[in-house]
Amino acid sequence: MTLPDGWEMVVGLEVHTELKTRTKMFCGCRNEFGAPPNTHVCPVCLGLPGSLPVLNERAVELAMAIGLALHCTIAPSTFHRKNYFYPDMPKDFQISQYDRPINANGYLDLIDHSRVGIERAHLEEDTGKSTHLGGSGRLHGADRSLVDYNRSGVPLVEIVSAPDIRSSAQARAYASELRAILIATGASDGRMEEGSMRVDANVSVRRAGQPYGTRCEIKNLNSLRSLQRAIDYEAERQVALVESGEVVRQETRHWDEARGVTATMRVKEEADDYRYFREPDLVDLAPDASWVQRVRSGLGPLPAERRAALLARVGEVSEAQRDAVATVIDAGRDEVVRGAIDRGVDPALALARAANELESEGPAVSVDAFAETLLMEQRGELSATQSKAVLAALAQEGGDPHAIAAQRGFERLSSNSLGATLDEVIDQHPDEWRRYRDGDDKLAQFFVGLVMKATRGQADGKAVIAELAARRG
Amino acid sequence: MRSAGEIARDVREGASSAGRELEIALSAIRARNDELNVFLYVDEAGARLAAQRVDEAVARGERTGPLAGVPVALKDNLCQRGIPTTCSSRILEGWRPPYNATVIDRLVAAGAVPVGKTNLDEFAMGSSTETSAFGPTRNPLDPTRVPGGSSGGSAAAVAADMTPLALGSDTGGSIRQPAALCGIVGVKPTYGLVSRYGLIAFASSLDQIGPLSRSVADAALLLEVIAGHDPRDSTSLPEPAPSLRDHLDDGVVGRRIGVVRELIDGADPEVVASVDRAAEVLRAAGAELVPLSIPELRLGLSAYYLIAPAEASSNLARFDGVRYGLRVDADDVAAMNEATRTAGFGAEVKRRIMLGTYALSAGYYDAYYGQALKVRTQMIEAFRRAYREVDLLLGATTPTVAFPFGSKTANPMSMYLSDVFTIPTNLAGEAAISVPFGVGEGGLPVGVQLLGPGRSEARLLAAGRVLELAEGRP
Repeated sequence: MTLPDGWEMVVGLEVHTELKTRTKMFCGCRNEFGAPPNTHVCPVCLGLPGSLPVLNERAVELAMAIGLALHCTIAPSTFHRKNYFYPDMPKDFQISQYDRPINANGYLDLIDHSRVGIERAHLEEDTGKSTHLGGSGRLHGADRSLVDYNRSGVPLVEIVSAPDIRSSAQARAYASELRAILIATGASDGRMEEGSMRVDANVSVRRAGQPYGTRCEIKNLNSLRSLQRAIDYEAERQVALVESGEVVRQETRHWDEARGVTATMRVKEEADDYRYFREPDLVDLAPDASWVQRVRSGLGPLPAERRAALLARVGEVSEAQRDAVATVIDAGRDEVVRGAIDRGVDPALALARAANELESEGPAVSVDAFAETLLMEQRGELSATQSKAVLAALAQEGGDPHAIAAQRGFERLSSNSLGATLDEVIDQHPDEWRRYRDGDDKLAQFFVGLVMKATRGQADGKAVIAELAARRG
Repeated sequence: MRSAGEIARDVREGASSAGRELEIALSAIRARNDELNVFLYVDEAGARLAAQRVDEAVARGERTGPLAGVPVALKDNLCQRGIPTTCSSRILEGWRPPYNATVIDRLVAAGAVPVGKTNLDEFAMGSSTETSAFGPTRNPLDPTRVPGGSSGGSAAAVAADMTPLALGSDTGGSIRQPAALCGIVGVKPTYGLVSRYGLIAFASSLDQIGPLSRSVADAALLLEVIAGHDPRDSTSLPEPAPSLRDHLDDGVVGRRIGVVRELIDGADPEVVASVDRAAEVLRAAGAELVPLSIPELRLGLSAYYLIAPAEASSNLARFDGVRYGLRVDADDVAAMNEATRTAGFGAEVKRRIMLGTYALSAGYYDAYYGQALKVRTQMIEAFRRAYREVDLLLGATTPTVAFPFGSKTANPMSMYLSDVFTIPTNLAGEAAISVPFGVGEGGLPVGVQLLGPGRSEARLLAAGRVLELAEGRP
């Protein structure tokens, strides 16, 4: 998509990511998606009178890991209360960070070599989740509203980019790279569809060289694709407005995925007044240098570096392979791909199999097992289908690929059944057999090919030749 | 009346029993509660069970705690599992907390028997209990007068010999002022010494739970039990509870005590005379008395009435009708919130919520809340300078003795002035004690106040004990 000549879009993204801690941000309740409603709650995350928050150290570590990965400065920080009434926010204020965030002034380099500034990445708590019954499914006009507080108090990091983004594709690349970093640092699982990573886009347009225009904030962007579509739609809408002599109102807009449009959610007449003040129930957070250093040394290589290392092995990649690279990096399987290539596996095969066949909650598949399976496939000892089945088994239970193949009857045929197959083939091709027997060695490959065909690749070529030689006497 | 310490000793040694001590308390409550409106809820069944447990432990020869069998009254802003907890507000009507405040767990672990919940100014906002939604408490010494507040119910419970000990909370004087007006001892501990977990917050940076008792020794006993680090309160000091009873008889020999003009000026003549006489007693006991002026203290009241309402406006937001307490239904959620809060909160609470909301609002924050924080910093520095010169400070607890009902309700500012001498300690997060010393108008008790830096409780209690002994109390 391109805007009309002379127009430029200015985009900044606010990304909320739920941290993958075992417990919530201020209490000992489990931080777990999908549990029955209101089963992970206590006086603290229900905001009951008299309850007090106690900060989860692990949440701080994950926030610092994100900050370090985004080249932010980690500074002594303060928690503030953001005051507003909402039924899914049990204290009617949110504990967040305001003028002293834990991470500030970083940047993120994208795959296209552009750089997007990071203004801040601060800690805050999530709210509960409302379900509105009847009416439009939104709060207003609903007959009844139910609130699930399992999510209340789940730790979040809000990552605010500078308004450095100039295209929807760049916005997508930013969100995608950020997601890879969140996953790589172990801070989040980055699942947009489950809401563990939520993206809001601030979009404005201007004629090149002019000051920033009025921005609109777009919410409900549940995938990278909606993010890109919504930004394009919104920028075009704003350009059309201005070109027809109207003005852009500052407002929050909702992305309607089905209709492919953004629509007014609420108009901001003036800045919201959240009456921020320092949270008196928490003390200031001042991670000492050794703690920061511990978090820093716990960070593995970041996605960009790992991607470069992977691409160095794989070489030129197609468009389709680019997705495979992203999947492999997000899933942390780049090391097995690199290892397999080093052990002689075809790069394209290693990439494809790692991207598509290793999905599992089970043990990580070792480089050796992965490489050995693919080498068996390359040697023709396993068919593609069999190779995938072995990989699936490895991803589920681990083990030795040869043993798995044997157990499932994939291993090359036993000499008895190989002999029987060979005899059959010889019977069917008496002329060729005679010529071979009379010394035409070239025909050995002819028989190997037929046996392979008959056994659908399970036979071992060397064994076939040995059997042939034995029969020639 | 025996002291709490004596009761616990008698129970441990079998000279009495927790059950018997409880019945004494319950009959005293029955005798005067209708008249005085001290207890909003008496948990007879729960108290009997707790007493029985203590007696069984004694019978089994087990170690029982320092408060074995001692009945204790609890201010009704402390959460107790399964027991109605109202903050004297309609908005919490019917709510029973599913958990105990840390101080209640510690009381029970020490063998104490919680007997019930005492009246207070609504959400602890007031100095007379007159803002309680359930009617005021009457001063046991003169039922035509207020007991002070906001911990007026707890002070009255002790003064009326209903329980030997009570817990209160002190945000700007809410323990010390009613203690003074009811003629008992009240301690506002150092901020963070006692866990606030389970105390329904008024102003979180100022609130602190503390003891009310007939004697300094009993205050020390109760404070030792409830003090000490609590991992559930992030502002809790890291140290374990200090040893207080061991230092009760340390006296004041060699102590430098500053007599602070700003903690006396404007008080009734009898109150001033009591402070003067207290200074003489302390001097006679070996202290060096130093006249001092700390002008910053005069700014305390203004700063307090911005900081405390600002925090309260946020702390009380959760009373929105969604999850517990009162709900007044309306067409949508925002209207329901508003109708609930309109019906549930009293006038003083509404006044402070509005004040605090205003003080934090964009465009006003710097002029009000921000400015108040600067004053607070100045006050902390002023105290710090003073404590380089002296060990403790002396002044009045309140400007007057107990005042008649209705005498200050028409003008909120006159009521706020009741706390002018107590507020600075809260702003600075430091410690202070009010000890009954002398009498004023109508023969009503006067409280003198000793102030000290953070964690000076042992010194304060020892100095208070000198005054108490001079008054002929054991």
